[in-house]
Amino acid sequence: MITAHLPALQVVIPLLSAPVCAVLGRGVFAWVVTMVVAWVAFFIAAALLFEVVTNGPVSYEMGGWAAPWGIEYRIDRLNGPVLVIVAAIGALVTPCLRYNIARELAPEQQPLFYAAFLLALTGLLGITITGDAFNLYVFLEIASLASYTLVALGKTRRALPAAFQYLVLGTIGATFMLIGIGLLYMMTGTLNMVDLAERLPAVHELRMTRAAFAFIVVGAGLKLALFPLHLWMPNAYTYAPSVVSAFLAGTATKVGIYMLARFVFTVFGADFSFNIMPLGELLMIFALAGILVGSLVAIFQTNMKRMLAYSSVAQIGYMALGMSFANVNGLVATLVHMFNHAAMKGTLFLVLACVAYRIGASNLKAMRGLGRRMPFTMAAFVAAGFSLVGLPLTVGFVSKWYLLVAAIESGRWPVAVLVLVGSLLAFVYIWRVIEVAYFREPHPDAPEVIREAPLALLIPTLVLASATIYFGIDTDLTVGVARVAALTLLGGYQ
Amino acid sequence: MDVLGHYNYWISIALMMAGFYLVIARANLMKKLVGLNVFQTAVFLLYISIGKVSGGTAPIAKEGFTLYSNPLPSVLILTAIVVSVSMTAVALAIIVRIREAYGTVEEDEILEQDEA
Repeated sequence: MITAHLPALQVVIPLLSAPVCAVLGRGVFAWVVTMVVAWVAFFIAAALLFEVVTNGPVSYEMGGWAAPWGIEYRIDRLNGPVLVIVAAIGALVTPCLRYNIARELAPEQQPLFYAAFLLALTGLLGITITGDAFNLYVFLEIASLASYTLVALGKTRRALPAAFQYLVLGTIGATFMLIGIGLLYMMTGTLNMVDLAERLPAVHELRMTRAAFAFIVVGAGLKLALFPLHLWMPNAYTYAPSVVSAFLAGTATKVGIYMLARFVFTVFGADFSFNIMPLGELLMIFALAGILVGSLVAIFQTNMKRMLAYSSVAQIGYMALGMSFANVNGLVATLVHMFNHAAMKGTLFLVLACVAYRIGASNLKAMRGLGRRMPFTMAAFVAAGFSLVGLPLTVGFVSKWYLLVAAIESGRWPVAVLVLVGSLLAFVYIWRVIEVAYFREPHPDAPEVIREAPLALLIPTLVLASATIYFGIDTDLTVGVARVAALTLLGGYQ
Repeated sequence: MDVLGHYNYWISIALMMAGFYLVIARANLMKKLVGLNVFQTAVFLLYISIGKVSGGTAPIAKEGFTLYSNPLPSVLILTAIVVSVSMTAVALAIIVRIREAYGTVEEDEILEQDEA
């Protein structure tokens, strides 16, 4: 039965399609292949999530080798939703690729771009689906190498140093993970995550286990751009092609958070991470610093993509903050915010892609008077922007609400206050753009007629934007899935 | 604690730090890349050395030998070496493009040009 092999197909289909794209001579064909593959990956992820929700965790033995010797793919209530988020963002940005890539890249480069895009998707899905620590490292590098390439393809030459910086810091992060995984293997003799979780408590007291923990947390922190390890992110997101920024902002950092949660809660266990090691305090300090510094710096940016990148530093802070409480509501906030942030940052970067497509720039000046000229695009910006702030009836409110509940539950009032301050700062930088777009006359140099963005760009933007509203009103689905995942994490592997 | 007996760790740590220092302290992108490679190689050595079983032979099935080293770390590192080679290839390609676009591979000169 083909459905029995869905976990393998989830990764294998995009992996094998990448070289197919690379040898296709024309960009259009490669784009069609990419779009079909991304949507197939989305439906597979949705089918797997449905299977997990109805029948419990799915375990798949790669090549028929039984775990813990073979590589096990394991989908449970935590990574099932993450797979769907990654695949959904991947599928939604593919229609946009055609327009932006055709304009920004030479024809002979386009098939290679699609190959790199599919490899990045493969890597991100692979990190999420695998149940084997070393396999995770390999997929991490596949995703990273492909993203360095995607970033380097930006329009200006500044994309190149940005990609190199990303490569250096990304490689250091991945190598730290490799060291940590090696030390774990040394202590336990296994690489399978379920097996590791069973054997690690026996060696909790040893210094080697703590060193492994430290290496893995710092490595994952570099990958997910946790403050102060975020230095690669502003440049990479600013100079990458706009659609690539939307894709990476919606997926790569979420997978990073997933990776951290998987190691902290499943492999090491909450008891080790938060009682023996001081992860809670550390995460809380860095998360709060990231929220405040990221939001403050975002206020002073004139390049909109750079503003959104710094805002991502702050939003990653919210996700890390939820994790630092190590209680159910905190984790619900983290997991819901993973979905919410993917939707709203995806929307915002796609809006910038629409603006860049029509105007050719994405700075604050270019946004003047756009509210009347590109009404649908800017409406999407307003919806996702208010969601970023956390206004009621948007998804951002849901995650902030659970963060506040978690903070108050654990008796940390100052943290709750700082979360609200972060929201105010977000309001400042979002309002700057809204004011310029709706209450200023268009720039005198701007072209006379600016039309709404093409439908292929506009529809995915609006779909994501309406998701930020819909799931803000109907919270049962996201919060329900997140709560089950949080309970699974805190209760260990099931 | 047996300090000398763990000499394989000391070598790995020294190499790792030397590579890390190169990555941070050098402005030349090529030298940074060399440092990154040294850094990764140190980790490969660490992996391979933990697979060694004292008195064990190479892991080849042959009559008369029962004690042999653990082959799994070597296999893992074979994969990691492939990853490292790919990383180096991507990095070199980016450095070539930087050199074409800026005419230099010195980080400070690139920054100067970007700010100008």
